Amino acid sequence: MAYEMYQEQILDHYKHPRNRGEMPDADLQARDYNPLCGDDLTIYLKTDEKGTITDVKFTGQGCAISQSSASMLTMMLKGKNISEAKGIDPDRIVKMLGIPLSAVRLKCALLSLQVLKKALFSKELSQAETMKE
Amino acid sequence: MERTKPSLDVAKIKKDFPIMERKIHGKPLCYLDSAATSQKPRQVIEAVSEFYSNYNANVHRAIYELGEDATRGYEGAREKIAHFINARSSSEIVFTRGTTESINIVAYGWGIKGKLGKGDEIVSTVMEHHSNHIPWFFVQDYKGVKLSWIDIDDEGYLKMEDLDRLVTERTKMVAVTQCSNVLGTINPIKEIAKKAHEVNALCLVDAAQSVPHFPVDVQNLDCDLLAFSGHKMLGPTGIGVLYGKEKVLEEMEPMLGGGEMIREVHLGRATWNDVPWKFEGGTPDPAGAVGLGAAIDYLSSLGMQNVRKHEIELNAYGLEMLGKIKGIRILGPMDPKKRGGLIAFTIPEAHPHDIAAILDAEGIAIRSGHNCAQPLMERCGIPATARASFYVYNSPEDIDRLIKGLKKVQEVFA
Repeated sequence: MAYEMYQEQILDHYKHPRNRGEMPDADLQARDYNPLCGDDLTIYLKTDEKGTITDVKFTGQGCAISQSSASMLTMMLKGKNISEAKGIDPDRIVKMLGIPLSAVRLKCALLSLQVLKKALFSKELSQAETMKE
Repeated sequence: MERTKPSLDVAKIKKDFPIMERKIHGKPLCYLDSAATSQKPRQVIEAVSEFYSNYNANVHRAIYELGEDATRGYEGAREKIAHFINARSSSEIVFTRGTTESINIVAYGWGIKGKLGKGDEIVSTVMEHHSNHIPWFFVQDYKGVKLSWIDIDDEGYLKMEDLDRLVTERTKMVAVTQCSNVLGTINPIKEIAKKAHEVNALCLVDAAQSVPHFPVDVQNLDCDLLAFSGHKMLGPTGIGVLYGKEKVLEEMEPMLGGGEMIREVHLGRATWNDVPWKFEGGTPDPAGAVGLGAAIDYLSSLGMQNVRKHEIELNAYGLEMLGKIKGIRILGPMDPKKRGGLIAFTIPEAHPHDIAAILDAEGIAIRSGHNCAQPLMERCGIPATARASFYVYNSPEDIDRLIKGLKKVQEVFA
């Protein structure tokens, strides 16, 4: 399984990550950590007034699967509406990667989605808090 | 290096381990993860099976012959363990589920339920496994004691000047590993215990990576408490040991309440059983104990000095061969005699998880990750390592396979 996992596009995104870097003025951001292998990921989103994602960045370190997954996901997100982004499910990520994944490596693969959801959810939280006030 | 006169007959030993016949992705298993858990020889598997087939009953309760057989097996294993680590008597040997439970029993019975208070201190080290960190965090949170940690130098040795600085009249416990599961560093326990005793503190030793791999003599070390696991020393999972000097154990409160650990129970009050049974509430694991006894017989027949020599040989060859890999970072002492049989490393091309995945495809099992030592990873400034660890069934050929496997990793990530 291992060699099938490290296909050209995975290695390409790992070695040359797209949208890698910090975003000091992000509208939404979240970080999470996979304690199993120490994958660490932060995703930053910039959105406009219509809720369209105008820019995405990520930082972190970890295995090829977690980092390439993040790189590929950020590419997918640009131009999407927040509600659309919320609808991305794990199957979509697995299809995006297009490689066989064991249960253990699935966690690495899905860390990017987990962080994205956390970032999107954080806005809902802050909105809910604002409404209470 | 000298490879003419090996300390152990690995080819013969390997035949005792049924799992070594397994193919992984079509390749013979190359098992280099014994620091996580060791494989089991037929002798241990059969001892466990024999227990269930021929003398299974609850220990210390049944009056009938079967029960007496089971109790004899269980207590006989305790005797073997006492002898193996040179305890004064088998009453110093408490059966637990493993190192983690052993240390928790102390943290609870000596720490949380003990006389500690604000102003008291516990000294540990930055190289501990989480199982020798978290229980003391509990004590810190419950009792307000201060924790401090002896640092390491660039080679991965404890900074002994920190020991002198941190162990003071306020220190009540020095809890330290005998052998780091990441750096491999073997710590000078005798010296550390002596220092602890100078200020009337206790010394607890995490021996999870030492008792399985080299001779350990608790009287010589003069430590007060020592914890290890059966599954890392050819024994079954779910059985481990807490050694304690009798006086120290007697002063500790039990963690588990229930059957076996009591002397008299009335509604609302009870008195405790003698040590070691005071700490063994509930039905214990006699099959596991008997299995651990068989593991000790197996290791004793090889001779722990020979096991140690064998691992030094593998260390020497492993350090030499791994050292040739460009950009590799090997953690811990570079002297093969100063480390336990394990080598943790990183290579620039690939994350440890990816290294382990590709090695797996070659039939090679190594550990990758933070090795349950996140504070140490932080101290070393790395998120994770790959770790190859050795035991009685490993040979230099396993290291050759590891090196070939790492070349494949470099090819994939080139």
